[in-house]
Amino acid sequence: MKYLRLVLANLLRSKRRTFLTVFSIAVALFLFCTLRTVITSFEAAMRASNATRLVVRHAASLVFPLPLAYRERLAQVPGVTGITYGNWFGGYYQDPKNQFAQFAMDVSTFDALFPECVVSEPEKEAFRAERTACIIGRSLARKYGWKIGDEIPIIGTIFPGEWRFTVRGIYTGATKDVDENTLFFHWDYLDQSLPAGRRSLVGLYWLRIASPDLAPAVSRRVDAIFENSAQPTKTETEKAFQAGFISMLGNVRLLLTIIGSAIVFAILLVTINTMMMAARERTAEIAILKSLGFGDGRILFLVGAEAVLLSLAGGLLGSGLAALVFHESDFTGGGFFPNFRVLPETVVLGLGLALVMGIVSGIVPAIQAARLRVADAIRKVA
Amino acid sequence: MSIPLAYNLRNLYARKVSTLLTALGIGLVSWVFIFTLALAGGFQAALQSTGSARNAIVIRSGSTAELTSIVPREVAAQVETQPEIARAPDGAPLATHELVVLWNLERKNGTTANVVVRGVTAKSMALRPGVRLLRGRMFRPGLEEVVVGKLLEERMAHCSVGDRIKLAGRQWAIVGVMDAGGTAFDSEIWGDVELFMPVFDRPVYQSVTLRLDEPSHFAALQKRLESDPRMSVAVKREDLFYEAQSATLATLLRGLGFFVTLVMALGAVFGALNTMYAAVGSRTKEIGTLLALGFSRGSILLSFLVESVLLALVGGLIGCAMALPVNGITTSTMNFASFSEIAFRFEVTPAMLLAGIVFAAVMGVVGGFFPSRKAARRVIVEALREA
Repeated sequence: MKYLRLVLANLLRSKRRTFLTVFSIAVALFLFCTLRTVITSFEAAMRASNATRLVVRHAASLVFPLPLAYRERLAQVPGVTGITYGNWFGGYYQDPKNQFAQFAMDVSTFDALFPECVVSEPEKEAFRAERTACIIGRSLARKYGWKIGDEIPIIGTIFPGEWRFTVRGIYTGATKDVDENTLFFHWDYLDQSLPAGRRSLVGLYWLRIASPDLAPAVSRRVDAIFENSAQPTKTETEKAFQAGFISMLGNVRLLLTIIGSAIVFAILLVTINTMMMAARERTAEIAILKSLGFGDGRILFLVGAEAVLLSLAGGLLGSGLAALVFHESDFTGGGFFPNFRVLPETVVLGLGLALVMGIVSGIVPAIQAARLRVADAIRKVA
Repeated sequence: MSIPLAYNLRNLYARKVSTLLTALGIGLVSWVFIFTLALAGGFQAALQSTGSARNAIVIRSGSTAELTSIVPREVAAQVETQPEIARAPDGAPLATHELVVLWNLERKNGTTANVVVRGVTAKSMALRPGVRLLRGRMFRPGLEEVVVGKLLEERMAHCSVGDRIKLAGRQWAIVGVMDAGGTAFDSEIWGDVELFMPVFDRPVYQSVTLRLDEPSHFAALQKRLESDPRMSVAVKREDLFYEAQSATLATLLRGLGFFVTLVMALGAVFGALNTMYAAVGSRTKEIGTLLALGFSRGSILLSFLVESVLLALVGGLIGCAMALPVNGITTSTMNFASFSEIAFRFEVTPAMLLAGIVFAAVMGVVGGFFPSRKAARRVIVEALREA
């Protein structure tokens, strides 16, 4: 550490170059964190999923509903300790571009199965009491400026017409991964508004089980009951259910990783270039340090430390900026990323990457400096 | 008088490693730029070309996709008697009513994906001239036979001619593979609509698609059908209908692409600035000599700027060379409008390559301007005196 001042003095000598290099590394790390956050926000629903909750849907796909009559039989399956059900509403607010999730839920059982959506007791009561009431997530409320008592018109695409819901509660997520961009309303209201032929149909059932270990057994039991019926079921953990959606996004993860790697690699090349230029300009100085008795190892360390320090400064700046910019920004990318938030591990990963960039970019000039022959170097300069 | 270009070329060559590292950095930025454009372009092209401007699609009013639409038989029958519909050679109206459901199928890698299963009529192929049979034969109406799109065959398990797939509790023989020219139909399964309806327990159609006798007759047809309260349908031009499905995701991809490349370009410009400042710094004596020889400050500025742009152009060309192999690679993503997986190919167009090169050149100008100005402002005597 006693050489810190020397390293800093070297860095500050060409302020412009140091500044430019730190900024280009910061840019790379900012983008790296942003792209990784795209991936982690897709997966937020998976992280928020409850290991003691199973999702039951029609075996074919979500398009096919299940009869309401399944409710009693599902509730009696050994291992099931709670049940709720609901339908994906699939509407939009004013313009099809304003997409967010709306679910029609059975109000009497909803809060018992979804404890992660935290609503105050009076709001819960008000929501239950009114047929056209709804509760909305905190960031959804913030995005559109909705308050308790507001009436929200939603245009249905699956269930046609304009539906008006009155906000009676605003929920907050129990953890940061819980999606706060959803609207929940009464399943009964939806059901009773439909023509006779479309009533008593349920999109999804959620089952609560006593322990996560029971998930495979209970899933098998449920699916066995309905296997040969007209509406066979597929039961899986909530995590697996969410994973199914994410897998349909296809190669997004791979594509973003490719782009992210290209960015990091491009800036790495730029940094290597800078480091080599910096070392070349100081050939004479290094030669003098050597003639003063600095060993090869120490020179290697001095030049290398400079690169690492520069990269870490850039990494800290870039990752920090990303965390700051997307913190509570309510950025949802048109509803695609309901939970856009830079995770702490993304920042740590970014800093680790900056460290690696520093070592890689410093290694060639450091070795060159360590191998420098004093006599040659001084002669060249003179 | 201007400084010869050879001076710049030789200078770039003299600093080979530095030139190459900087050019590669700029090249990668151009590559990311072209890559994201090709991704968004390919996705949009797949959906856009799915529809035709000569066709109209009728769905339930309020629905944004076929999947959420319901068109009862009697409404479909009424739509198909409209006078604006073109006639097939046999005199029948060129229109088809179709059933669309999602079915969860296994991919080759063992995971599952939602696939569009479409019940079609004898007219469906005629309405989509881009769709043709690649192998095998068409399914026979009334039999448990289906044909699959070629991109579906590539990605899904047991989806080749001769295989059987299980849908709605029955085994269906795959008798043909269709080539839909990279459109959304390439990711679908087609079978007989009249057989599908009882089997899938769906008493209604999802859409009616028809060929207009004159594209200009669309407005009249739309007005008549949409104003009829008994029908409650929406009439859309087929190409615009599919284009709208791609709009959100394509805009998002492009937005992400522009954001990433612009921010990244900033980083690369910082790198270029470093390189050019170093180039100017190490050539102080040369600059002094050039000034002493009588070259104007303007021509020195220009010369260094040209050098920077040349450096960037090398990078742009490297970016293009790396982007070309991406063209045609198949990838897939979710079509959010239909909740189904759609496969598409990256599409690298000449315009995108040109955009990539221009983008690189702009980086060169921005990254070269300040160092060049510094070079041009040197005072002769001081520059010559410096080591």
